[in-house]
Amino acid sequence: MPAAAPRSGDAIFASVEHVNAELFTLTYGAIVRQLLTDLEEVDEVNKQLDQMGYNIGIRLIDEFLAKANVSRCVDFKETAETIAKVGFKMFLGVTASVTNWDADGTCCSIVLEDNPLVDFVELPDTCQGLYYCNVLSGVIRGALEMVSVHED
Amino acid sequence: MIGVGKMKQYSNVLDKPLNKGKQEVSLSAFAFLFSELVQYNQTQVDNIAELERRLEDAGYAVGARVLELLCHREKGNRKETRLLGILSFVHSTVWKVLFGKVADSLEKGTEHEDEYMISEKELLVNRFISIPKDMGTFNCGAFVAGIVRGVLDSAGFPAVVTAHFVPMEGQQRPRTTILIKFAEEVLRREARLGG
Repeated sequence: MPAAAPRSGDAIFASVEHVNAELFTLTYGAIVRQLLTDLEEVDEVNKQLDQMGYNIGIRLIDEFLAKANVSRCVDFKETAETIAKVGFKMFLGVTASVTNWDADGTCCSIVLEDNPLVDFVELPDTCQGLYYCNVLSGVIRGALEMVSVHED
Repeated sequence: MIGVGKMKQYSNVLDKPLNKGKQEVSLSAFAFLFSELVQYNQTQVDNIAELERRLEDAGYAVGARVLELLCHREKGNRKETRLLGILSFVHSTVWKVLFGKVADSLEKGTEHEDEYMISEKELLVNRFISIPKDMGTFNCGAFVAGIVRGVLDSAGFPAVVTAHFVPMEGQQRPRTTILIKFAEEVLRREARLGG
């Protein structure tokens, strides 16, 4: 039986239930604020955000695979593209782009033009060095680990 | 390394144009994030009351900001001064913006003058959460109660807001009620304004 054609990020996003992005943004802000109050050290907060993202990622991958219907990615380039175009679109409603490939094809940057996590956010001077969106890198790490792509 | 670089900053975040607020994210993204919030707080506390309080505090911060945002965007910077005005603002506008629909009902408490209740059949935050038996009456609606308290407090109507499960006949899952108890000064002021 032929596999169903992979669905585009837009189509999936249109088919899932939505919630107001501002609620999402404000909730994330509340989380970061709580962490900063509890942990105080910016590095600790970064680590905690990454860990939270990781926990989310390992569960998120199931939903992603179930809804997105993508075939197994052949190489890392394809993986990165899929994450940027389908994954981000499906969950955050924004499309990311992949840039900055290095010579080996093992390292790249995923760029988000319009990140719902950071609307209205301004980092005070005391928090320079805080990776505000570190949760996103945790999510990607968790998700990729579940599909057996180990990376640093 | 998977890491996150700094984004380009506007010189002042207040100069950025305010968008129309139509942007949406998937429900599961929010559900994942909220469950992480609850799980993280569970590791930080020893008992249920503390957990509810922390969720409420998180919600309070959200509520204060929601009020600012909505006042500016929806109502052209006019603020409510009357009790019923602010209650219907919470019940309709705030609920509509945050949860996509107006709250199921708004009632006045029969036993006390200062109590009002907003009810919802299935709160968004409770949809994907199941409470284990040993956590008793814990309700993640505490987060929403915090949001309501944040909105009311920032609007000048201090109140104590809590969330409760109310079992309903013939329904499997209990309804959630947000109980709002206004402070003395609010009622006094209302009496003065009401004439």
